[in-house]
Amino acid sequence: MKSILFRTTLIAAAAALLSTAAFAQTGAKLKVGLMLPYTGTYASLGNAIENGFKLYLTEQGGKIGGREIEFVKVDDESDPSKATDNVNKLVKRDNVDVLIGTVHSGVAMAMAKVAKESGTILIVPNAGADAVTGAMCAPNIFRSSFSNWQPGYAMGEVMAKKGIKKVATITWKYAAGDETVRGFKEAFEKGGGTVVKELNLPFPNVEFQALLTDIAATKPDAVFTFFAGGGAVKFVKDYAAAGLKKSIPLYGSGFLTDGTLDAQGADADGLFTALHYADGLDTPKDKSFRLAYAKAYKLQPDVYAVQGYDAAQILGIGLKAVNGDVSKKAEFAKAVEAAKIDSPRGAFSLSKAHNPVQDIYLRQVTGKENKLVGVASKALTDPARGCKM
Amino acid sequence: MDISTFLIQCLNALQYGLLLFLVASGLTLIFGIMGVINLAHGSFYMMGAYMAYALAPIVAATFGGGFFATLLVGVVLAVIMGYVLEWAFFSFLYEREHLQQVLMTYGLILVFEELRSLLVGDEVHGVEVPPFLAGTLPLGEMMTYPIYRLFISGVCLLLALGMYLVFTRTRLGMMIRAGSANREMVQSLGIDIKFLYRVVFAAGMAIAVLAGMVAAPVSSVYPGMGDTVLIICFVVVVIGGIGSIRGALLAALLIGLVDTFGKVLLPQAAGVLVYVMMALILLWKPDGLFKAA
Repeated sequence: MKSILFRTTLIAAAAALLSTAAFAQTGAKLKVGLMLPYTGTYASLGNAIENGFKLYLTEQGGKIGGREIEFVKVDDESDPSKATDNVNKLVKRDNVDVLIGTVHSGVAMAMAKVAKESGTILIVPNAGADAVTGAMCAPNIFRSSFSNWQPGYAMGEVMAKKGIKKVATITWKYAAGDETVRGFKEAFEKGGGTVVKELNLPFPNVEFQALLTDIAATKPDAVFTFFAGGGAVKFVKDYAAAGLKKSIPLYGSGFLTDGTLDAQGADADGLFTALHYADGLDTPKDKSFRLAYAKAYKLQPDVYAVQGYDAAQILGIGLKAVNGDVSKKAEFAKAVEAAKIDSPRGAFSLSKAHNPVQDIYLRQVTGKENKLVGVASKALTDPARGCKM
Repeated sequence: MDISTFLIQCLNALQYGLLLFLVASGLTLIFGIMGVINLAHGSFYMMGAYMAYALAPIVAATFGGGFFATLLVGVVLAVIMGYVLEWAFFSFLYEREHLQQVLMTYGLILVFEELRSLLVGDEVHGVEVPPFLAGTLPLGEMMTYPIYRLFISGVCLLLALGMYLVFTRTRLGMMIRAGSANREMVQSLGIDIKFLYRVVFAAGMAIAVLAGMVAAPVSSVYPGMGDTVLIICFVVVVIGGIGSIRGALLAALLIGLVDTFGKVLLPQAAGVLVYVMMALILLWKPDGLFKAA
């Protein structure tokens, strides 16, 4: 009898100890692993995402969901071959509670794989790989940006509606390029157009001259393209220099003219692109975001900063619902799924597969800005092919 | 493909080949003749491109500007940098193993990239084509050809000719060739080989920087741009035969041809065609097309 009493006391004591330990854990800082490119071609994107994320944190008084944040940063170098190691470092060595990252789709896929296995909450603030919210989808994986399919599909609708019949496409032969063009083709052919030629070149090759000559020989009504960064600058300039801009209108996914307009100069003037963010949205939320960002970083925000800001918002919504206890994954996901995220791009919600259901804007380049022309596709939902959730 | 398209593609191939030669010729000097595996060669090219972007306003403010003045200032800076780099780093590498050369020059890439990031930032920049070369020529019924691209080809041809003449017809060229064949023998003949190599290295770097500056208006300027040209430069030098300028020119033109027509006719294999060609040529001639004498 005595021994039973002793044992019960011991268990009760242990339980009490455990619960204080658990309490101590929720009271402690939340470890957020930022896995972003801080060097290489995408360094400026990585910085913009971090800036956006931290802007939200500052607005919330340095706490998200009632918990202070401790950042653990890893430079992923946009290198898929190092991605699994890098993300394992964060998850296993540093024991982060939440993963935020990244820009490069290949690296993001590795992160999604690890997150799916370990159950760590992952919020993707840029990488558009369809599979992240498709075949790889999971209750603990969220995306605050877009799927590659989305801007492509929206532009396909726009161009078909304009009555354009024959289009040639040109892009890099890798996930982002292929998926964007596939989305475009789906909508454009549904709308009655034909893709007469699909041109590709290996990533990140920027010698376009041979393919431009091919376009001139094919004589399509228009060209649809996906390029980003330095490649986008060179493509737009080469397209204009080859004299094609006058005769064959160029359309693209928004990354063609995002963050590149200074370098592209007059050669980009008048181009139409589709993306989930634009200059001149003129909503109160966007205005206050832009002002706050410019004040904090002495820089104009771009779409990447918005995506970083919204990644922090998603984290905030989830954490609030579970009182800062990230182990309650189901409740976290439920709260995020039900939420309307008040983004500078316009409020959006997440689809069942956790990709933004959002308006894709049609923009035109005027005076070094991607000026809003209208909504290309309202509340566009990614089909989440292959997602079993 | 009709005949006019075919001819335009040939022009594209020629132009790309010459541009490749321009970038790779500095490497021919440093890798081919001095025998140092210089992975930082791409960084030299990147430096040139960033110089074209960053120096132009400074030159305009101090010397009244001008495209050629900017080129000149860039090349002078490059010669000085090359001289100092050789003295500080590369002069220790000649007798070392290739792996140690790779290690150090790879380290230099990281240093140069970080410096670039600190000094000019990570944004993509465009460089304007100088106004007097900004026109275009009509080509076929739809296309135009930028005059600046023809200008680049001209620069490449001049450079190729210049290098060829220096190597085969001058005393300096003779000493350099002798130095690459047998360092100690040349030294014992009373030639200051250390100084000679310093000069060759500075020249190699200057050519890479010049290539970057000339190519900047068509390639635009962005982080990591050096990495992409580095590999293809090595392919040019290896196919051409180490140390051969004739070989490098021929190899660059071949690559231009294979790459251009590969992209159009065999787009699925475009990424590997150049390397397949390299493998075939090395099977046929293990030392490359022209082995330097």
